[in-house]
Amino acid sequence: MIAVTVRKQFGSFLLDAVFTAPARGITALFGRSGAGKTTIIDLIAGILAPDAGRITLDDQVFYDADLRIALPPEQRRVGFVFQDSRLFPHLSVEANLRYGLRRARAADAPVAFETVVGVLGISHLLPRRPQTLSGGERQRVALGRALLAQPRLLLMDEPLASLDAPRKAEILSYIERLRDEFRLPMIYVSHSLDEVIRLADHLLVVSDGRIAASGPLADVVSRLDLQPLLGRFEAGAVIDCTVAAHDDHYVLTTLRFDDGELRVPLIDRPVGERVRVRLRARDVSMAVSEPRDLSISNRLAGTITAFAVRDGVFVDVTISVGTTTIRALISRESRDRLALTVGQRVWALIKTVALDNRSLGLLRPPRA
Amino acid sequence: MPTSVEYDALWLSLKVATTATVFSLPLAMLAAWLLARTSFWGRTALDAVVHAPLVLPPVVVGYLLLIGLGTRGSLGLWLDQTFGIRLVFTTGGAVVAAAVMSFPLMVRAIRLSLEAVDSGLEWAARTLGATRLDVFFSVTLPLMLPGIVSGCIVAFASSLGEFGATITFASNIEGETRTLPLAIYTAIQTPDGDRMALRLVMLSLTLAVGALALAEVADRRVRRMLGRP
Repeated sequence: MIAVTVRKQFGSFLLDAVFTAPARGITALFGRSGAGKTTIIDLIAGILAPDAGRITLDDQVFYDADLRIALPPEQRRVGFVFQDSRLFPHLSVEANLRYGLRRARAADAPVAFETVVGVLGISHLLPRRPQTLSGGERQRVALGRALLAQPRLLLMDEPLASLDAPRKAEILSYIERLRDEFRLPMIYVSHSLDEVIRLADHLLVVSDGRIAASGPLADVVSRLDLQPLLGRFEAGAVIDCTVAAHDDHYVLTTLRFDDGELRVPLIDRPVGERVRVRLRARDVSMAVSEPRDLSISNRLAGTITAFAVRDGVFVDVTISVGTTTIRALISRESRDRLALTVGQRVWALIKTVALDNRSLGLLRPPRA
Repeated sequence: MPTSVEYDALWLSLKVATTATVFSLPLAMLAAWLLARTSFWGRTALDAVVHAPLVLPPVVVGYLLLIGLGTRGSLGLWLDQTFGIRLVFTTGGAVVAAAVMSFPLMVRAIRLSLEAVDSGLEWAARTLGATRLDVFFSVTLPLMLPGIVSGCIVAFASSLGEFGATITFASNIEGETRTLPLAIYTAIQTPDGDRMALRLVMLSLTLAVGALALAEVADRRVRRMLGRP
């Protein structure tokens, strides 16, 4: 468990954050630029000192204003992957990777050099200088360097921000591999909901120096009141599914979740694997009676639990499908025409083609 | 060919410049650190004191050294009585004069290189388990190296050429304080000393070219070490 209660004043900006996050899986710190995300992880790493508060990881106190404890960064064993990688220019890639490893106590060293180099695919880069690496290679080395310092917690500050789209996808899959291989809790700072939804288990929404929401990803993402913070077209639900079957004839895959099934374009994952689907509200339509003679193959029966009018034009509808919550964005005119009310039974319709690669986060099951 | 007296002057110059550079370096690094990385009361005053030899006429610096470190100066008296060190009329005095005069140049070069070190790299090193001291030696110092090298080169070169403060403070004594510039000056003042002056000038030129070549080599090596073009 990571427990943070901090206050920090910068001129007119006040960071006043209180949260706890599980010390396992990936916790995302999401928010706009300037919301205070980076400040929060700088405080956890010990790069900045709060004005007041307390920071603990499990039973270890990193900072406590009352007890006058402020552990220096080198004693916290918190790895940090910076947006700009910050590799040491005077050292080779190998010496960079070994920098933290050499300084870690042998007893704390379950992460082996060869393993990290193998997982990140950087063995061919070892003799090179950081200046000669591409942006994606640099971030891979930075990830490896942080891991090899044998941290108890890994902090990542927008590690994809300076990369182009293909490199982003590449590093994302490496981060997923690290999560699964090393079972290391991570805090991932990002202003991209796409990245967050793909990676995170737990979500903290930061706004104006405060924690606006905190909880399991699917719960936070589907909350209507967070709409202004999450952004209109980002709105939607997240559903964790399992690959149930592949249909080679129609090139489709069936995904099963607790309360139903979804048909999506064929994905290259074996049956039984976990997959996270992001159902954007704007891709979900609604019907008040069970639809027939319709091309849309994904139909989920549920109950309306809430409405929120947005900009006077749209209505955000929350629908409970069993224990799963999904969202639909329809026009206010449609709601009135169909006379929708809370508690009403409806069918949510999702076009298979709307579930493209962007909405499929491919989770791999943790190793037993 | 130069005579042994002239070689003595060359040898003395090298000795004085080397000693002055070696002894200045730690102090210059400390001063650069204080000026670049800290803020304390009196920082501006320190800055002014460090830079004073750059703006004052060398004769004035030599005179101030004479007042402070001469046999009748309080600091000079203390050095003499406690350690038996006399600076006036000795090679030690020539070293002090050269060191003081070249100090601002050295501090400037080191300070600029220190300011150019990205503190983000130092924080990254801390998160990787390095203590402050460890970070200094493993990250900061290597990255400052170009500035340290160039600071030493400028300080060494300016020490070789130091004249005014040396002749005022340490005087012009053959074998003790008569470095190349003082020897050239003396030769010019001597009747029929033109040939000697010319030979000394040739020595100076050779020395200058040699030093520049060495500096270039050192600079390239450091750059290659840091992976810079």
